[in-house]
Amino acid sequence: MRPFDYQQAQGTAAALALAAQHLAPPGEERILAPAQYLAGGTNLLDLMKIGVAHPPALINITALRQDHGRIETDASGLRLGALARMAEAAEHPAVLRDYPAIAQSLQLAASQQLRNMATLGGNVLQRTRCNYFRDPSWQACNKRVPGTGCAAMAGVNRRLAVLGVSEHCIAHYPGDFANVLAALGAEVEILSSDGTARRIAFEELHRLPGDAPHIDTNLRPGELIISFRVPAGPWTRRSLYLKIRDRESYDFAQASAVVALDLQDGVVREARVGLGGLVAKPWRSHEAEAALRGRKLDQASAQASADAAFQGAVTHGENAFKPELGRRTLVRALLQAAAMET
Amino acid sequence: MDVLLKVNGTEHRLAVDVRTTLLDALRERLELTGTKKGCDLGQCGACTVLLDGMRVLSCFTLAVAAQEAEITTIEGLAGENKPLHPMQKAFLEQDAYQCGYCTPGQILSAIACVQEGHANSADQIREYMSGNLCRCAAYPKIVAAVQQAKLLMEGP
Repeated sequence: MRPFDYQQAQGTAAALALAAQHLAPPGEERILAPAQYLAGGTNLLDLMKIGVAHPPALINITALRQDHGRIETDASGLRLGALARMAEAAEHPAVLRDYPAIAQSLQLAASQQLRNMATLGGNVLQRTRCNYFRDPSWQACNKRVPGTGCAAMAGVNRRLAVLGVSEHCIAHYPGDFANVLAALGAEVEILSSDGTARRIAFEELHRLPGDAPHIDTNLRPGELIISFRVPAGPWTRRSLYLKIRDRESYDFAQASAVVALDLQDGVVREARVGLGGLVAKPWRSHEAEAALRGRKLDQASAQASADAAFQGAVTHGENAFKPELGRRTLVRALLQAAAMET
Repeated sequence: MDVLLKVNGTEHRLAVDVRTTLLDALRERLELTGTKKGCDLGQCGACTVLLDGMRVLSCFTLAVAAQEAEITTIEGLAGENKPLHPMQKAFLEQDAYQCGYCTPGQILSAIACVQEGHANSADQIREYMSGNLCRCAAYPKIVAAVQQAKLLMEGP
C-alpha cells in the first residue's frame, strides 16, 4: 500500500473542506486521483492493498454518522442516511416490513463483519470484481488504466456483465443493494465541495462503460453522497430480491433480480424490475416492467418480461450462460413475488 | 502517527505508520498474536475482532481509525483469574476445529452472532457465520458449539 495523508473530519463541512484542498487542477480531475472519503473501508482498503487504488489522501468521515446515519420513513417514502451501516438498514423494522427487497439485498450481501463496517454510501460505490481490474500484473484493463485494452473479453469472464457492456469493457457491477435502489426509482442526495446539495435519480449515479470505463459514476471530484430517498408506492411491500450465487452464502451474484409488484386480482397495475450480477451498472429494466403492465402475472407474462429484459444481452465466451440464467432468475422472482402474502 | 488503542481493557500508546491495519498493530506491535492473518483481504474472517462489541475485520480497519473503540481480541475473553468464555468452552467440548487457525476469529464471531440474536437455528447460524471460513471444514461442530454456548450465554 502506498503512503497517504490521513485526516479525520469532525463534521460534514470539515469533510468537504478537506476534500476541496486535495482537488486536482482544472483539466486534470480525471487523471490525478483526488482525496478519497473513508467510511467502512471494506472496498477502498481492499483496493489499496492490492495496488489498484492509491489515493494521495484519505478523509475519515465516520464521524458524519451523526448527521447522515439515520434511517427514517414517512408517507412519502424511505430516507436512508449514506453513513448508516449495511447491517443497520438490513434489520430496520420499517425496511423489513415495507421494503423487503431492500432488506434482503443487504442481508444477502457480504458477511456480518463486512455489513457491520460498510456504509450504504460506500456500498453503492463498490468497484467491479473483474479479475483483470483487480490484478495490476495484467496490463490490459481499460477500467484501471485508460486505453490499455480489455483482457477480459477473451479471458476469464464468467462473472462479468452481459447487459450495458461496451467494446471497451465488460466489467460487472457486483453489488446488490444498488440494484434495488435503481429498480425502486430512488434518488441520491449529494453535497458538492462548496456545500450545495443536488439530487439526482439513482439510475443516473452510475455510468455505462462506453468509451470511458475508468469513470464509474457521475459524481464530481470532492462530492459526497449523504442519503438515498426511496419513494413509497403500492408495490414496495410486495417486493423481493432473489440472488443466485456459485455458493449458497457470502458470495457475489451470478444473477439476481429485484421485483416489486402492485397487483389487483392477479393483474399487474405497476411493476418495478431490477437486475444484478450480470449488469455493467445498477440496473432497472423498464422493458421488463412494460411487458408486465396490465397483464395477468403468470408463467407466460413472466417469461415475456424476462425475454424483454435480456433483449440486448451481449456475451463473451465463458459468460454465454448468463442471459438464460438471468431470465430464469427473473421469472422465478416474478412468480415468487406474485405469491407473496402482503 | 501516534495512536491510542484500548485493547481488552488496557490502553496502549504507540507510534505507527499511517498504513498500519489494526490487525498488524495487534500482532506486530502489541504481540497479541491470537488474532490471525488469513487472507488479509476481508474474505476469510480469521482476523475478526470486536469493536464496542460489534464484530469487524481488523484487516480492513486502520489502526488510526480504531482509536475511539473498545477493542476485544481472543486474549481478552479469559485470563489467569477469568474462566474460559462459554463459547471457548463449547469449542473445546465440541472439538470445533482441527488446525485451530481460524478458531479465534470463529469464537469472536460466534459470540457476536449470539449477542446479535442471529443464532436461533442451525440454518441461521450457518448463514450468519458464513464470513468465517474453516479450511479444515469443522463447520458441523462449529454450529454445535454455537448452539451449546448460546444456552449458557442466554441463561435459563
